[in-house]
Amino acid sequence: MQIGVVVFPGSNCDHDALHAATLASGREAVPLWHESTDLQGCDMIILPGGFSYGDYLRTGAIARFSPIMAAVAQFARAGNPVLGICNGFQILCEAGLLPGALLRNAGLRFVCRQVHLRVESTATPFTGGCRAGQVLQVPIAHGDGNYYAPPEVLEQLERRQQVIFRYCTAAGEITAAANPNGSLHHIAGICNAGRNVVGLMPHPERASEAGLGSADGLQLFASLQPCR
Amino acid sequence: MTTDETLRQQGITREEFEAIRRLLGREPNLTELGIFGVMWSEHCSYKSSRVHLKALPTSGPDILQGPGENAGVVRVGDGWACVFKIESHNHPSFVEPFEGAATGVGGILRDVFTMGARPVAIMDSLRFGPLATAKNRALLEGVVAGIAHYGNCFGVANLGGETQFDASYSANPLVNAFALGLAREDKLFFGKATGVGNPVIYAGAKTGRDGIHGATMASEEFSESSSAKRPNVQVGDPFLEKLLLEACLEAMATGAVLGIQDMGAAGLTSSSTEMGARAGTGIELDLDQVPQRETGMTAYEMLLSESQERMLLVAEAGREAEVYAVFAKWGLDAVQVGRVTAEGRFRVRHRGAVVADIPNAALTESAPRYRRPQRPAARTLPLDPPAGGEASGAAPTRDPAADLLTLLGSANVCSKAWIWEQYDTMVRTNTVAGPGGDAGVIRIKGTRWGLAMALDGNGRYCQLDARAGTRLAVAEAARKVACAGARPLAATNCLNFGNPEKPEVMAQLAEAIAGMGEACAALGTPITGGNVSLYNETLGHGIQPTPVVGVVGRIELSAERGPTPARFQQTGRAVWLLSGAAALTAEERRQRLGATEYAAAVLGQTWGLPPALDLERERALHGVLAAGRERGWIESAHQVSTGGLAVALAECCLARRAEEGETARVGARLTLTEEGDTAATLFEESATRVVVSCAPEHAAGLEALADAAGLEATRLGETVEAERGLEITCGPARMRLSLARLAQAWETSLGRQLESVISPMEVLT
Repeated sequence: MQIGVVVFPGSNCDHDALHAATLASGREAVPLWHESTDLQGCDMIILPGGFSYGDYLRTGAIARFSPIMAAVAQFARAGNPVLGICNGFQILCEAGLLPGALLRNAGLRFVCRQVHLRVESTATPFTGGCRAGQVLQVPIAHGDGNYYAPPEVLEQLERRQQVIFRYCTAAGEITAAANPNGSLHHIAGICNAGRNVVGLMPHPERASEAGLGSADGLQLFASLQPCR
Repeated sequence: MTTDETLRQQGITREEFEAIRRLLGREPNLTELGIFGVMWSEHCSYKSSRVHLKALPTSGPDILQGPGENAGVVRVGDGWACVFKIESHNHPSFVEPFEGAATGVGGILRDVFTMGARPVAIMDSLRFGPLATAKNRALLEGVVAGIAHYGNCFGVANLGGETQFDASYSANPLVNAFALGLAREDKLFFGKATGVGNPVIYAGAKTGRDGIHGATMASEEFSESSSAKRPNVQVGDPFLEKLLLEACLEAMATGAVLGIQDMGAAGLTSSSTEMGARAGTGIELDLDQVPQRETGMTAYEMLLSESQERMLLVAEAGREAEVYAVFAKWGLDAVQVGRVTAEGRFRVRHRGAVVADIPNAALTESAPRYRRPQRPAARTLPLDPPAGGEASGAAPTRDPAADLLTLLGSANVCSKAWIWEQYDTMVRTNTVAGPGGDAGVIRIKGTRWGLAMALDGNGRYCQLDARAGTRLAVAEAARKVACAGARPLAATNCLNFGNPEKPEVMAQLAEAIAGMGEACAALGTPITGGNVSLYNETLGHGIQPTPVVGVVGRIELSAERGPTPARFQQTGRAVWLLSGAAALTAEERRQRLGATEYAAAVLGQTWGLPPALDLERERALHGVLAAGRERGWIESAHQVSTGGLAVALAECCLARRAEEGETARVGARLTLTEEGDTAATLFEESATRVVVSCAPEHAAGLEALADAAGLEATRLGETVEAERGLEITCGPARMRLSLARLAQAWETSLGRQLESVISPMEVLT
């Protein structure tokens, strides 16, 4: 499994994603420069967290026009696995590879802390190694993570089980207090209709070693192997 | 003829002007006068503090670079070095809190990566006036948002720091930003213009008219019209800084870069003259080549602009193209703006004419140094408790449980999670101990090393005794690092004071530096750099003297053993107090109580003296904390400081942050030997004390370790189930508080104070 991590000029979790992906796959993950269209034969692409092009206009609004994103879109449409983390999730939404949008947090402030996620569906390349209903402890760090989609889209996401992660308590209960940013339906992560493209606001790469407080996130990268 | 008004605008005195004339052998033109104005400003020249700073210890076996460069450098091991410094951005943050604080972070990050280090951690030391006023709340919210904006986007983990409140900071908030980066020992870069004939390259953001005279503003008091200085505040762009970081590190890796310095205070002028002065060369600049954001800028404006995110590089002649290619990749301007000369002069051309021609030495080593007059301030606060007051023993007995809850909710004690939850504390996945503990700790990937860091300052202590207060600040910062299990290595300082032209303020500054020198020497933490911020006065009212100290320590990490956490980890553990504090007489005890948070927040008074401190025993305590962890005995360690022993014990029971919630809380049943009276035992702030917990079978070993180090180890009790709460018996007093009640007071206080609605009274006043 060769994992590639897209590097936008303002990506700041690219090194972290490369580190975790290498750790999980046992093979050196490769950086993919935003001005290139060459995916270097990767089997899986990660869009990492950060501030792609500064994101002063709107998160991910400019990144979707970068050369690499054309290649990533083509790669995704061919059914290959693409994971968008935080800013990567925002970019996938802007690029139309995932439905909906990420608005300012309900509290209007950046929030960085550990949260709990409930795995709602194991039918993606990234959650195949998880149990349905499993609770993962993974941190968030974002100012714009408030998931929004129109009612009909939400209804479709739910019906097709495209909601992959929901914010929950440590015991797995879905409560208002466990929702850190006001996301509709407590959504932390979703997938596309083809289930090969997943985006989530929390940072699994930051929960990839016990010394960092949690190793729960590593499963998302490790899940990939049985799937191919 | 140069008028007094012209000199005043440049912040130059008539005597200084005469000195400039002598140095040049002629009359300076206006551009040159502006250059002298910024380079001789307090901010850039340290003219009031330099004679005192020379007495600080600055060297040691692991110190690779002391003061005088962009940041200090300390050896870590396995070829790694850490680069760190703290710097103030007080004046801009008062005028425009968001941008002021943001660019403070930007500036300190550049100081670190200009040395060839990738920044991996930042911390902040903040001071505000009481949150009862809307203005102070807005300042805090703006400053925190600014720090969050810049650091989060840049991508550096914020490990917290410290925030305190006092009325003296209402019109003079303090924003001190610390940054630490990692570099290979043999790949460090310095701000030196080496090699005559080599090209001088300007890289990064274009130059605009923002921040002109920022350094001069930072060297003046404020008046009613200070908001008119808003145009002097720079505007930051963290995305650009991130590009600059990557481009600089990549350019350095080509081997074509010989010297590099960021354009911080006094921008193009200070970077050019300092790089020349350090290398014994000169720089000749052609301003027509400088990338400009605005048209029609004068030489004066370009030389004094403090536009952010700019760097000056000296490259090896013939290898310019390699440097340009890297900056082009990151979408940044990089152009040759001059060359290195042999003459040791700063010569500037603009539109074909020489507009400034000054010997570097005149701007750097020949800058004025003042041994300003000092007069010890008359004591304004009494030495003994106010007669008839509660601490004099005349008042009825208080309820210690209620007082503890009051203290836990007081602004100086309560949890600062509201602040640091807005910071990205984990980016780069190195954070092994984030904010909310005693020290922040990062790991160095691929090695066994970690670095612990902490900031401290205590204005109230320093107001009562600047020398003792500063010694305590050094000791506390080092103690926090030691609590994590690290061995303190080195320190950085930020000296925040009022107007040094007042002999009382100057005396405080000199005393503080003397105390810092004593403590740093005794604790083995040389000063590697820092910054001095004077004139923190508005309408003649100065701040409490506030020296802030950052200490960095080294810790060996393994999969089995991380840093020692501050909080109790589990039930059934023995709770001990390790202490190197001196025994006090009854009179001393009464006097020392006056400097505490208890006196200020509960009794509403301040008197007396700060805690006594024995530096040798302090150092011995640090050794015991490291050895106790290395032997696997110490399970948690939390130092006793603001609020005293009772507050420290309560904090040990609570979770670091609210969302860890009840599951992370641990109860405790403790008995304290009463010394003096109950309030003194619970709340006095004697230094050199740490609450530790350990497995019962390790208690004897720990006790022996403390004993051998000349410290007292006292068993206080044991940890119990969270449901049983915190139970403290102290003489006749016995209190039992549920952890939910302690948490309610401590965790939510800051948020409640900040998010409270504006009271009608406030609207009326």
